[in-house]
Amino acid sequence: MIRVQREDFDVGVELDRVAKGDHSIGGVASFIGLVRDMGGPQRVAALTLEHYPGMTEKKLAEIEAEANRRWPLSASLIIHRYGRLEPGDRIVLVATASPHREAALAACHFLIDWLKTDAPFWKREETPHGERWVEARHEDDEAARRWRNPAR
Amino acid sequence: MKLLYFAWLRARIGHAEEVFPLPEGVHNVAGLLDWLRGRGGNYAEALKDSSVIRVAVNQEYVGLTHPIRDGDEIAVFPPMTGG
Repeated sequence: MIRVQREDFDVGVELDRVAKGDHSIGGVASFIGLVRDMGGPQRVAALTLEHYPGMTEKKLAEIEAEANRRWPLSASLIIHRYGRLEPGDRIVLVATASPHREAALAACHFLIDWLKTDAPFWKREETPHGERWVEARHEDDEAARRWRNPAR
Repeated sequence: MKLLYFAWLRARIGHAEEVFPLPEGVHNVAGLLDWLRGRGGNYAEALKDSSVIRVAVNQEYVGLTHPIRDGDEIAVFPPMTGG
């Protein structure tokens, strides 16, 4: 399931729901992305996430479907927020459930790596020096590329 | 066709969206970007560095040679920074 929303989410409730009612699930893996402030001259007072409504939902659904093709998942969930967020706020939740931990952990890692480079979101930071658009990181491209030829 | 701009491209161009007929002689993404640059001003400035321009046609990421037609929804934006 995918959700794109402005409001926050309750991690406990969401993770419980992922596994609920399916007793063949042996584990739920999750990743929670938070707004980060490293302090110093790059201090971040807030982060605004912009997205491409319509395409965002489509790409997240495609990425989720790909994870389900690659690993035997019993359930999966991606929640991605948009709008203005402050340090410590939750941005994204990825959760994957499977009978076995390997599939759940690998699929969760795959999903968050691909979200970084394939979902149409853009971050703008508010800093003491004004607003700054976050630049795409080469490391994120590399992390996503790793999964194109999975050595499994 | 409908053009959408996102993130700093939207900020530099000055608006999020515009609708106009397919310009004469424009057949693909590269041609459209050149045509937009040819408008000068904010467009030329915002679109000058091709290495940081990404394009989606009808909500699919495409390359510079992808054909475009009147009626397409074309989005122009910098590399994504989600997650």
